[in-house]
Amino acid sequence: MKRFLLPLIAFAILVGFLAMGLTRDPSDVPSPLIGKPAPQFSLPQLDDASKSFSPATMKGRVWLLNVWASWCVTCREEHPVLVEFAKTGGVPVVGLDYKDKVADGQQWLAERGNPYTLTAVDADGRVGIDYGVYGVPETYVIDKTGVIRMKHTGPITPSVLKEKILPLIEKLSS
Amino acid sequence: MSPVAMNAVCRNFWAAFFLFFALAAPPVFAKEAQQHLAQPLAADPVVEKRLLAITEELRCLVCQNETIAASRADLANDLRREIRVMIAEGKTDAEILDFMVARYGEFVRYRPPVNPTTWLLWGGPFVLLAGGLAALIAFLRRRPAAAAPALSAEQRRQAAALLDKQD
Repeated sequence: MKRFLLPLIAFAILVGFLAMGLTRDPSDVPSPLIGKPAPQFSLPQLDDASKSFSPATMKGRVWLLNVWASWCVTCREEHPVLVEFAKTGGVPVVGLDYKDKVADGQQWLAERGNPYTLTAVDADGRVGIDYGVYGVPETYVIDKTGVIRMKHTGPITPSVLKEKILPLIEKLSS
Repeated sequence: MSPVAMNAVCRNFWAAFFLFFALAAPPVFAKEAQQHLAQPLAADPVVEKRLLAITEELRCLVCQNETIAASRADLANDLRREIRVMIAEGKTDAEILDFMVARYGEFVRYRPPVNPTTWLLWGGPFVLLAGGLAALIAFLRRRPAAAAPALSAEQRRQAAALLDKQD
């Protein structure tokens, strides 16, 4: 019996590691930007290119930065959740239209509703690189001092909103 | 050949004809597009060589098992563009790597630095090797004890008798 003990322990450890691996999402890479000030930028707004947006103007408020694009398929899944959140969430959601054509972005919002306080246009994706965007949609929770407190890669589902984002917003707002 | 069959052959011929051009065309377009994108600095082989050396060290986050040098993802294209600009600005390789790590994390590096979070990663294989060697040594040491007992004088005589008979 004893001679099986060691292989059994080794096997149990291996199974433990593999089981842990199954619960993880390999596409979800932790962002090094968490706890760091949100990178500054100045980009034209989607509605009116003559107006610009810069994160500095959001100082003193908790806000969400949501990276989206009209060509992004998963954004369609996320959009209704954001529209609903905009009605009740209590914090501004700023859109970043990533590597998109202005006309396409405008049409997308016209068709599906606009949950954004405003949307900035990152036509060449340079700001996206500064924020470490690698898979649209991505959402950043930014606190009153302009520090990124959370990043969610992939669509915001009702459960992600309820379990991760809303509690954090409440904590940061108080 | 019946007219129907003839018809089918013609259709297949034209299908093959168009398929051939459809398959042959994209690489030509892709090449043109690439040349177009790389035009400003592609003329400088030194820059391209450095770009290649740097981007082969970096993971493309869109398709995680490809390097930024090899990936055709849009983001990889953008990052190659950014790195070209940084090379042109005279940034060192270390500065460019820091730029990438600051945005995408240590995960972008195919050769992550040795630090407390990567000790297991770097040391793991050696720990396993040492464990395997220890297990092997323990196994080999235990074996002679379990070897067959020496033959008695009677058994030796019998064995010798059998061997003699063979001759």
